[in-house]
Amino acid sequence: MKYLLLMYANEAQSAAITQEEGQTIYQDWMDFMKQANEAGVLLANNGVAPSHSATTVRVRDGQTLTVDGPFAETHEQLAGYSVVECPNLDEAIRWATKVPMARYGSVEVRPLWSPQA
Amino acid sequence: MRTSYDQIEATFREEHGRVLAALISQLGGDFSLAEDALQDALVNALERWEVDGVPRKPGAWLHTVARRRAIDRLRRARPQDEAMDPETLAAPDEVEMDDSLPDERLKLMFTCCHPALALEAQVALTLHTVGGLSTPQVARAFLVPVPTMAQRLARARSKIRQAGIPYRVPPADLLPERLGALLAVIYLIFNEGYVATSDRAAGGAGGGDGLTRPELCGEAIRLGRVLVSLLPRPGSAEARGLLALMLLHDSRRETRLNGAGQLVLLDEQDRARWDQDKIREGTAVLDEALALHDPGPYQVQAAISALHAAAPAAADTDWPQIAALYDTLARMTPSMVVEVNRAVAVAMARGAPAGLSLLLRLSDQADGFYPYHAARADLLRRTGQREAAAEAYERALELCGNSAERAYLQRRRDEMLRYD
Repeated sequence: MKYLLLMYANEAQSAAITQEEGQTIYQDWMDFMKQANEAGVLLANNGVAPSHSATTVRVRDGQTLTVDGPFAETHEQLAGYSVVECPNLDEAIRWATKVPMARYGSVEVRPLWSPQA
Repeated sequence: MRTSYDQIEATFREEHGRVLAALISQLGGDFSLAEDALQDALVNALERWEVDGVPRKPGAWLHTVARRRAIDRLRRARPQDEAMDPETLAAPDEVEMDDSLPDERLKLMFTCCHPALALEAQVALTLHTVGGLSTPQVARAFLVPVPTMAQRLARARSKIRQAGIPYRVPPADLLPERLGALLAVIYLIFNEGYVATSDRAAGGAGGGDGLTRPELCGEAIRLGRVLVSLLPRPGSAEARGLLALMLLHDSRRETRLNGAGQLVLLDEQDRARWDQDKIREGTAVLDEALALHDPGPYQVQAAISALHAAAPAAADTDWPQIAALYDTLARMTPSMVVEVNRAVAVAMARGAPAGLSLLLRLSDQADGFYPYHAARADLLRRTGQREAAAEAYERALELCGNSAERAYLQRRRDEMLRYD
């Protein structure tokens, strides 16, 4: 089964970390990527630019409405994503716990839609 | 002679969990298909058993018929396949009995209590699938409308399927945490039933043809017995501790309310009406738990309950031992409830002033907690401080919502005010 790991963290807090904390988090990212690649579970992975760089688009009654910012104001903002392939939810959760955001933010584990489900 | 509906229904409840658990396994983890197939078999059974009587192996009967109905359903879902196998349409009494019905209920219990499911869904799913309670029965037990409960169960099944919750006993590294969650669900079910006894005084819901809330205690105990019978011995100490705790608490259920529906405290209960069978079973299960030398909070609570159960009269209670057990419990699971109960035990073992000074240490954090004020009030009453006791009962009343306990607090407060 394929799962989307959506990684959220509070941007203000993330920006305020010390250089030392930043090094640790970078190292943890490297560890996660290495393990996930070696296990052959990682199908995709990328960070996303900060939420102020987002644009939200809606089309209503043929009118295009373009708004600056993410789709909603939330306490934690999307920071990146991975797509993993795992036999079951427990495995997906296991990988989610290795994502650094899990310790100071949140990781949502969302199954990719499939016809049989 | 027609077999009564009640007899058939009782058999369904008894066999449901084991049959469903095996079916889900055999159908590759498909909860919905297994439940639908079992439902088909139950409809079938209702027709045949009323006339023929309950078969000698009802579980095997249901399992064999349900498996056929599942194949039937799978074939109907793929109409391009050839015509139905006559075997699936065989009359139930021609069905060959399958003697090897494996007991997969551990897989089912762990799956129902997976942390990815909401707690209320875990509770509902466990009672429905393992306990064999119907949707209306679970709805009534938790005081929600039937459609709400039906939706809760449907969503839970859907989540299991869509999110890929595996149908299995968790691997060793996840097992302790998952077993803890399973025990918490069983204990929650028990407490819903136990508290409901007090609600009965205020004319709470119950009776009729649904499951009365106090019957949840029986269901929780039944789930506990199944769990203990299926768990491997290593690691089962707390599961046994929980079963013992529930049995020992339940042994006193009949004496918790008097004829007028008022709450009767432990020291005033009629011990002759305590259920000795449950006490015996609870004590035996606790001994098994302790023999594993793997202590935990359920075992400690069960030990406290066992000490009460062993005292022929309130005056014979081994309070020093109970106080020591509360010390242990406070170290394992510190909480307001435990601290208040410890203070009460200490008061009984060493005198009210000792208990009161323990309570004093809690006064800041405990102010919003009515059992703290109720305990303080009782100890003040025992040391003859009537005015202070009345104030404390009053404070407890401000905070307490439970009808039977309110009645008790009001009675005591009025007593304290009477001679002023």
